[in-house]
Amino acid sequence: MTAVVPARTPEQEFQDRIDADDRVEPRDWMPDGYRRTLVRQIAQHAHSEIIGMQPEGNWITRAPSLRRKVILVAKVQDEAGHGLYLYGAAETLGADRDELLDMLHTGRQKYSTIFNYPTTSWADVAAIGWLVDGAAIMNQVPLTRCSYGPYARAMTRVCKEESFHQRQGFEAMMTLCHGTATQKRMAQDALDRWWWPSLMMFGPNDDASPHSAQSMAWGIKRFSNDELRQRFVDATVPQAQFLGLTVPDPDLRWDGKHWISGAIDWTEFQTVMRGDGPCNRERLRHRVAAHEDGAWVREAAAAYADKHR
Amino acid sequence: MTAVQTDTDTAVYALRLGDDALVLAQRLCEWAARAPQLEEDVALLNLALDLLGQARSLLTRAGELAGPDPNGTVRTEDDLAYLRDEPEFCNALLMEVQSGDFGRTMARQLLVSAWQVPLWTALAASADEGIAGVAGKAVKEAAYHLDHARSWVLRLGDGTAESHRRLQQGLDDVWPYAAELFERDALLDRLVERGVAADPALLEPQWRATVQAVLAEATLTVPETTWRPTGGRRGQHLTGFGYLLAELQHLHRSHPGATW
Repeated sequence: MTAVVPARTPEQEFQDRIDADDRVEPRDWMPDGYRRTLVRQIAQHAHSEIIGMQPEGNWITRAPSLRRKVILVAKVQDEAGHGLYLYGAAETLGADRDELLDMLHTGRQKYSTIFNYPTTSWADVAAIGWLVDGAAIMNQVPLTRCSYGPYARAMTRVCKEESFHQRQGFEAMMTLCHGTATQKRMAQDALDRWWWPSLMMFGPNDDASPHSAQSMAWGIKRFSNDELRQRFVDATVPQAQFLGLTVPDPDLRWDGKHWISGAIDWTEFQTVMRGDGPCNRERLRHRVAAHEDGAWVREAAAAYADKHR
Repeated sequence: MTAVQTDTDTAVYALRLGDDALVLAQRLCEWAARAPQLEEDVALLNLALDLLGQARSLLTRAGELAGPDPNGTVRTEDDLAYLRDEPEFCNALLMEVQSGDFGRTMARQLLVSAWQVPLWTALAASADEGIAGVAGKAVKEAAYHLDHARSWVLRLGDGTAESHRRLQQGLDDVWPYAAELFERDALLDRLVERGVAADPALLEPQWRATVQAVLAEATLTVPETTWRPTGGRRGQHLTGFGYLLAELQHLHRSHPGATW
């Protein structure tokens, strides 16, 4: 008599693969929840890249030297490129770029709240590179080991470029800090405005993060929000000290192992999330206007392709 | 480093080419984050990057060839880009024409790139090694820019009724400014003679053939006009140019002597 092996459900087999650190590929069976979670996360990431072109793109025509202009154009161009790979990764899960854009345009999908703050001085371009791209790298490097293959591979390339962006941001910040008194004031002012929003980029504290546990079990998320935020603070505080800048946190302290920041004002985060940040309306309106202004171009390209099929 | 021999004529020529690249790049940069589709955000910024690279090399060359000022200072790319006033810029007017909609932007790009391909091809053999060096790289970039503009002019010209109308309008708007590209003045007479500059008369037939072939395939009409606006090479610019420079230069000029 042969022994009866209890049949494992597809969900259990899927989880076995995840637990064995196997990569999931587009044609593999996957639970609907896994697919939905990934589409939501990848789309939100893609939307963040393309909305993120606006605050920095704002300074391209005014960049203070030709070298800085070239670096900034290349960076904004990389963001468009990241948007392209990420929408591509979402399409491997059955999503459609036009539908995802429509979700963004109608407010049904979000993008990172960080891009709802204005870039009012040149130093903001430097601060975004240093802090925002720095925080993005902390969030994204673990995603290169994400269980979903196409996302992990897209993130490998994105992270290489983000790491360049972070270094150029720090270098631009250093130039300002070694510059005139006015330039140094600009740099401090930018740090004052971008510090707390950058910490909020890691999302709510672990005890208030609803999707985290399942994403961890699925190998989509590898570290908790608070762990990643701590890494960022530990890496960034010494950089600020090196620049001779003051981190705008009176409660910041060294506990012998880590830099411990003061309490984050989550009501501000919720306000911006809800749509009432300084630039939420402006960002979305700009994005929708660009899309609508370009409709005739996309229609022409489709009509031409039909005629010349 | 050996000092570059001062050569005022060639310096002005390098400045003309550098200003063409810089001013067109500035116009293309205005498209950042507002292109009709994501692929085009990448492409338009790519064109701008190529042109900025050309501008930096050419302005640097122009500064070297102009030689030191009475204080012994050689003007850098940034001195030339940020600290000259309108009448000192000598780009062709076509480069500064407002971008308008995507149709006009692509019509302008077609007219410029169809000129730059034979221009850089000729200049790759320029007697000025600085200009020849830029040309060797720029000719490949211009060929890509032309290919890109051509593909859009075809799609828009032969796409929908609306795209055809818009592109024809954009083409009609920018077309008169192209004549200036083929003007010859005393400076060009001297530099063509010395083998430094490209002869505009030799560039025009190839330009015309390229443009006419694309427009015919795109079902567009070659505009007819007797209006030939000119003056850019002599520092006489369009009304909008002051605004372009104000945006380009204000931050740099607000912090005299600062390093960025």
